[in-house]
Amino acid sequence: MFGSTATKPLAKEVEQAWQQLIKPILGQVKAKDEAQALAYLQRQEVPVPTFFVGAGTCGLAAGADQTILAIKNYLKEHNLQGEVVEVGCIGMCSAEPIMDIQLPGKARVSFQKMTADKVPALIDKVLAGAIPSENLIGQFKGPQTPWPNVGYFDEHPFFKDQTRWVLVNCGVTNPTSIEEYLARGGYQGLLTALLTMTPAQVCDEVEASGLRGRGGAGFPTGRKWKLVKQDDGQKYMICNADEGDPGAFMDRAVIESDPHRMLEGLMIAAYAIGATKAYVYIRAEYPLAIVHLKQAIAQAQEMGILGEHVCGTKFHLDIIIKMGAGAFVCGEETALMHSIEGKRGMPRPRPPYPAVAGLFGRPTAINNVETLANIANIIRYGAKWFTQVGTEKSKGTKVFALSGRVCRTGLVEIPMGMSIRNIIENIGGGIENGKQFKAVQFGGPSGGCISAANLDLAIDYESLKSVGAMVGSGGMVVMDETTCMVDIARFFMDFIQKESCGKCTPCREGTRSMLTILTNICHGLKDDKGRDLPFEGLDHLERLGKAIKDASLCGLGQSASNPVLSTLRWFREEYESHIKQRKCPAHACTSLLTFSIDPHKCVGCGVCKKACPVQAITGDLKKPHVIDPLKCIRCRACYNHCKIKAVKMD
Amino acid sequence: MTTPAKLSVEEILAKHPNAQRDHLIPILQEVQQAQGYLSEEAIIKIGEALKLSANKIFGVATFYNQFRFTPIGKFHIMLCRGTACHVKESQTILTALEELLQIKDGQTTSDGLFSIETVACMGACGLAPVVSINGEFYAQLTPSKLSAIIKKLREGK
Repeated sequence: MFGSTATKPLAKEVEQAWQQLIKPILGQVKAKDEAQALAYLQRQEVPVPTFFVGAGTCGLAAGADQTILAIKNYLKEHNLQGEVVEVGCIGMCSAEPIMDIQLPGKARVSFQKMTADKVPALIDKVLAGAIPSENLIGQFKGPQTPWPNVGYFDEHPFFKDQTRWVLVNCGVTNPTSIEEYLARGGYQGLLTALLTMTPAQVCDEVEASGLRGRGGAGFPTGRKWKLVKQDDGQKYMICNADEGDPGAFMDRAVIESDPHRMLEGLMIAAYAIGATKAYVYIRAEYPLAIVHLKQAIAQAQEMGILGEHVCGTKFHLDIIIKMGAGAFVCGEETALMHSIEGKRGMPRPRPPYPAVAGLFGRPTAINNVETLANIANIIRYGAKWFTQVGTEKSKGTKVFALSGRVCRTGLVEIPMGMSIRNIIENIGGGIENGKQFKAVQFGGPSGGCISAANLDLAIDYESLKSVGAMVGSGGMVVMDETTCMVDIARFFMDFIQKESCGKCTPCREGTRSMLTILTNICHGLKDDKGRDLPFEGLDHLERLGKAIKDASLCGLGQSASNPVLSTLRWFREEYESHIKQRKCPAHACTSLLTFSIDPHKCVGCGVCKKACPVQAITGDLKKPHVIDPLKCIRCRACYNHCKIKAVKMD
Repeated sequence: MTTPAKLSVEEILAKHPNAQRDHLIPILQEVQQAQGYLSEEAIIKIGEALKLSANKIFGVATFYNQFRFTPIGKFHIMLCRGTACHVKESQTILTALEELLQIKDGQTTSDGLFSIETVACMGACGLAPVVSINGEFYAQLTPSKLSAIIKKLREGK
């Protein structure tokens, strides 16, 4: 589960070069010999009690900073020696804050939902030699002595079926330590490429692996590199870390939690295409990832892994970070390049493709973060190793960001070919609150939904396309019976409309028209006397959708109608109910809802009045209460709080 | 996260000697970081340094959601309107917030205390719905939880 079980001896010159990097680092570690120093760096052993806390954006949002403070306070108050290590995202977001304890000589044990208040009691128990079952996730497998009667981390249902290649270090190692990355075999891929392979051989190896672009388009990576025009002038390598899909956070987690993995892949890619300058275009909404990325680049430069004479070879590389400025369309490659150039992020027609004339008019290759995070392993262990996992046309693993109405949300890395049902029911733990699965959206606003009818589909690029969906960048938003599919289509169209760059008419005007229709469907259309008005509906929507798909300049417009067409295909009855009965079956479209209190049931307890965030409910104690429909924002607080179901929602 | 020292436009431009067109967006980002927004004055100064018309710079800056042209509040509330947050009813939270503060998305309260900005996705989808106030994240929100947070901020915490 954790990492690959691949073993492949290093070429002699690679082993030597890697030893040259690691030896000075081992010398700095307080240990009895080099072997123990390496074991300490790899955290196979620890010299003192060590506390790991997941401090990625998710962890911090859940209160991890308070958890860290609580641990430090405990050590101070009890006058204990110990080390607190901030790690990244292990991926089980709904369990954050996550805290691991590793005592010298014993296995590392992981605990969930460890808010600051729970810390002292837990540390007391563990130091006394007992692992409580409360908050326990499991213990790590390794050379240390396992704790008796404690389950294993990788047997937890969330992790059991995962194949963690890209995420292997996330939530496990310290992302601000290049030493820890090196100790676990980091940069051996880069050294293998630089010292034993020509750029052409690197391209061949990546092509043979079958790796396809993980940003969503699924274009074969090796083939893309080979298309970069052979040119003696400046060439550029770009890492697309713009991850604009709402619901996708795989790239954020990789850069926050294991930035060197992405950097190593980027460097190998630059070597393969002959670029001496690389850009990482990362969205500004990821401040922690930017900080870790800057640190990682500085560390690599200091060690001579970046810059002039990379690792002592003739290869020269500079990496520049460019921050996005909040434009989804800049995830599109030509728009991204314009943004780097300091212009409005508007796409342009292709040809010429970036491989021929890209950034500043020069041959350029652009790859997604997850794609690059796979490269080091492919070069280190070989293409054949990579092809052992996956389906015939979709090799390797894919990281998905599972969110929405599942019990266990977070990042999961699965082998291509796993069924969607397995991810949602076993890994995700099924729908929360005992509700019914309705749909899962893949690929964000450019993607499509999968209904219950297709849950047993095996995930790969071709199979999802066959049902009108796509693998996309990895966002997987799960919806239940309380989600209105028309509202979801409207939500995506609203997003796309706002993000449309405005350059081409089909996208700019077409999405606006589609949004008007969808808004009318969700809100109803009334005249000034409150009577229902007819409006253009499904036929027009479908015609528009097709026109936009055919005529738009770039991927944003071309995929804009996907969510609409997909929901129409699998949930047409819901659309028809909105239009014909002016009712939302999921009770989600608030304009089509009214809240009222049944005066015969209401006992005047006042709970709803207190719960209302906008003071829309009036009533004296023990007298029936009333909701003011003009103030009501339909937040459902009263409906949810009333224990005797006196609040009606219709 | 530490807040950087408040640099002036001149000091920021001095960090980018011989700046070319591809330095424009990073400069705009640094000026907004330092001053909270992009003033007309700042844009004119940047134009002079990069030999670009203010018109052209506005053309670039207004394209991107990140750039603001009016000052933000003491507490700048960024509300996530990504898919996962939407499925977990972030719209309800936005409506409640707008009702509570009596301003709309993109505006600042007249006392200068609060401003609202919706963001497409902050990448904390596992803990939806999410709001970030001056860089601090609050997760798994409800209108009541957010109401309580605003009350605390108003009272000076």
